[in-house]
Amino acid sequence: MTDFTKLALSEARDGLKKGDFSARELTEAHLKAMQDAAELNCFIVETEDQARDMADKADHMIKAGTATGMTGIPVAIKDLFCTKGVHSCSSSHILNGFKPGYESTVTANLWKDGAVMLGKTNMDEFAMGSSNETSYYGPVKNPWRAEGEEKDYVPGGSSGGSVAAVAADIALAATGTDTGGSIRQPASFTGLVGLKPTYGRCSRWGMIAFASSLDQAGPVTKTVRDAAIMLESMAGYDAKDSTAVDVPVPNYEASLTGDIRGMKIGIPNEYRMDGMSDEIETLWQQGIQWLKDAGAEIVDISLPHTKYALPTYYIVAPAEASSNLARYDGVKYGLRVEGDSLDDMYKNTRAEGFGAEVKRRILIGTYVLSAGYYDAYYLKAQRIRTLIAQDFARAYEKVDAILTPTAPSAAFAMGEKSDDPIAMYLNDVFTVPASLAGLPAISVPAGLSTEKLPLGLQVIGKAFDEETVLKVGAVVEEAAAFSAKPKIWWGVK
Amino acid sequence: MTKYIQGATGDWEIVVGLEVHAQVISESKLFSGASTKYGAEPNSQVSFVCSAMPGMLPVINEECVRQAIRTGLAMGCQINLRSVFDRKNYFYADLPQGYQISQFKDPIVGEGEIVVDLEDGSTKAIGVERLHLEQDAGKSMHDQHPDMTYVDLNRSGVALMEIVSKPDMRSAEEAGAYFRKIRSIVRYAGTCDGNMDQGSMRADVNVSVRRPGEELGTRTETKNVNSIRFVMQVIEHEANRQVGILEDGGTIDQETRLFDPSTGTTRSMRSKEEAHDYRYFPDPDLLPLEFTQTFVDGLALHMPEMPDTKKARFMEDLHISDYNAAVLVAEKENADYFEAVLEALCAKTSKPAKDLATQVSNWVTGDFFGALKKLGKTVSDSPVSVTDGAELLALQVDGTISGRIAKDVFELMLSEGKSPEVIVEEKGLKQVSDTGAIEAMIDEILSGNADKVEEYRGGKDKLFGFFVGQVMKKTQGKANPQVVNQLLRAKLDG
Repeated sequence: MTDFTKLALSEARDGLKKGDFSARELTEAHLKAMQDAAELNCFIVETEDQARDMADKADHMIKAGTATGMTGIPVAIKDLFCTKGVHSCSSSHILNGFKPGYESTVTANLWKDGAVMLGKTNMDEFAMGSSNETSYYGPVKNPWRAEGEEKDYVPGGSSGGSVAAVAADIALAATGTDTGGSIRQPASFTGLVGLKPTYGRCSRWGMIAFASSLDQAGPVTKTVRDAAIMLESMAGYDAKDSTAVDVPVPNYEASLTGDIRGMKIGIPNEYRMDGMSDEIETLWQQGIQWLKDAGAEIVDISLPHTKYALPTYYIVAPAEASSNLARYDGVKYGLRVEGDSLDDMYKNTRAEGFGAEVKRRILIGTYVLSAGYYDAYYLKAQRIRTLIAQDFARAYEKVDAILTPTAPSAAFAMGEKSDDPIAMYLNDVFTVPASLAGLPAISVPAGLSTEKLPLGLQVIGKAFDEETVLKVGAVVEEAAAFSAKPKIWWGVK
Repeated sequence: MTKYIQGATGDWEIVVGLEVHAQVISESKLFSGASTKYGAEPNSQVSFVCSAMPGMLPVINEECVRQAIRTGLAMGCQINLRSVFDRKNYFYADLPQGYQISQFKDPIVGEGEIVVDLEDGSTKAIGVERLHLEQDAGKSMHDQHPDMTYVDLNRSGVALMEIVSKPDMRSAEEAGAYFRKIRSIVRYAGTCDGNMDQGSMRADVNVSVRRPGEELGTRTETKNVNSIRFVMQVIEHEANRQVGILEDGGTIDQETRLFDPSTGTTRSMRSKEEAHDYRYFPDPDLLPLEFTQTFVDGLALHMPEMPDTKKARFMEDLHISDYNAAVLVAEKENADYFEAVLEALCAKTSKPAKDLATQVSNWVTGDFFGALKKLGKTVSDSPVSVTDGAELLALQVDGTISGRIAKDVFELMLSEGKSPEVIVEEKGLKQVSDTGAIEAMIDEILSGNADKVEEYRGGKDKLFGFFVGQVMKKTQGKANPQVVNQLLRAKLDG
């Protein structure tokens, strides 16, 4: 009998369509995997009953001939998406017990297409983190461990639960959100494909906001083809999000031709940093060679403001977050810790409700927006953000896509960087520039580190050209032929 | 003319600027589809957006944008084709988002000028700095529970226009005239109902004093003043308070103050040190607000007539007095009522409007407004319809009743609610213009008062009025006064 959990999303889709198995069978297999892997702490909430209902509904769709690419596919949903009547707390204690009366646009799109929700995945609190160690619900364990190690590794963040669930074959795919790298870096840490679409491609309506000008939903999948299928379902214009862009959603799967002959791929000289391991550089060179072998032309480019991207990001994102998180005040919903006055209640609630990293970013954000500092920090950061976007615009006059490493290292051990915010922030150094410029980017598994941990390469595209990003990503994927799986150490002993 | 405060150490000039908050007339809120209807059950008009649920996003209500542009056009201000929504961050229980979406650096409407009429008959131009769109907050209710505050979010997210003046006003009177004019303009434009008792309009009053000709002094801002009279009281009180402090050698604290209507005084709410740092920044959930000049021109094409234009038309085309015109245009409903009565009267009498306008305006601003005031009513709930008003005036125009009888008929219209024609018929109030009948009466009166006739003919001219009075008394006021005058004069002087 086939182990349904080992299938790729596209294979499951084809099997469902052919009637090889039912959506209900597929879902049951994944629900069991979810139970077995409880110790990874991927899920905050498991929605088994809902999953079975949705699977049955999907089977009806399949019978009725109205199935789409996502019909019957068991997926994990990052806790940042509001799901009607189901715990939606962005892994924060301050939203304790919050169950929204509405469904986010992205998840509603998936349900309309017949996808099946397994549960809500753990994440860094309010998506603030790169290791999933800031969650109120405890850290997620990476299914991967360095060769011969017994200690736990981080899955990356903030979409840590989502990637761990897919990497551990609990879910066929998962939704993630990416503000500065929160889909791509964890995908790289867990040997998966993670796609951050162009800002404005997916609606942000019903996504619990971290940094509104950067937040973007995207798929976490086992293959590039799976990412194409899932993005097509998630994406689309939404009048309820004023920053969503009204452009047609193409058939992304059709872009996976494997033919990149004559395509110009830019290699930015600035994507190197002190202390970056040699194996990352080696992997990057390998990726360049793969694309060259596939007939692409390699072009050296310069993105001169890259080195300012990280500090710019850590001004813009906290600034927006400090304002976005002001609504969590104990008055309307979620946690309230009483006090002698309104101000006391605010202080008690927010002191208890927010974790250390969230508090740190609220303080940074409040500082950079304060009178007397606004011009020096926030305004200057906005100007640099424009320069970074211009760097890309100039590069895209010469090239069709850009290839870089996804992260400066492989997954690290739990606790290794949690006391050093700067070291943690450096994880985003290669992912943040595309976020600031609002560009689509994908991380594709490309190899293993010397410790036998996965490493990813990143393809950055032009705005709304996810098709090229997917096409080039698929070529890297095929050349890398990444087939390693984490050795199962959890669950059944 | 600038009025100074006479202090113990010399003259002080008052400097006033107003920030008027006017609630936009719109079906739904500025960034959500929730209703704006006044007087609903608490928290019955609250969407996920206006209660700041996680992940909810604002979407601009285009009608509110049109209303702001219309108001800008009505004030003759510059319309900015690109403006930006910013977040004004502060914590309060009735501010669910923890920030108010407003416009800080780039407002939708820029500079303009408003001309106000002053009591001495002069006019003054007051500069408008800007108009911007912003969300209202909810309402904290402190009187519902002994130790809890309840919050009603029905107002949360309702669109407000903040109209900021330049510091151009120099007295309470000027500020009152300005506020009244703004109210009149928005009501004419149909962009705000101006109902101050429902909170649709309120003002923040900035007051400072200085020695004439010197630099501006430190100002105080008194928040949320909700009537024209209170605005004037705030200015009087603040200016005198500040002069008192300065003359005693003190300094004015830049602070926010609150007005207490029961005492007519202001008190400190928070000082500059406690002032909020609002940390304004562009709202990343919203794109800059952009529209074309063609869009603005389209709105301009359908603007209703504004009070200044209407007043000029009343004076030039209808030849009514400056005073009557000013009184009529002050409220759109009054001008509308006047025009409706005039139109109905023209139709009844087949006379041109300019021949009737003065009579109509005198009646509307005189007897009619007097009656409304006595009854505590306004034109919109007037007990006298346009048709009945025109009928009453038509009866005078065609000579059926005299002006004096008309006053009696009007009283009866108010007390009995009947039409003037019915009243005249029932009470037999038709004017007697039959010269034969009047002549007979005059003869009777003259023969019965032979001594008075002698005195009159002996040079006591004033007695003429006595004879007129006797005739009117005998006819119960129904004799046509002109006919009476004519006949009496002929008999007495002849």
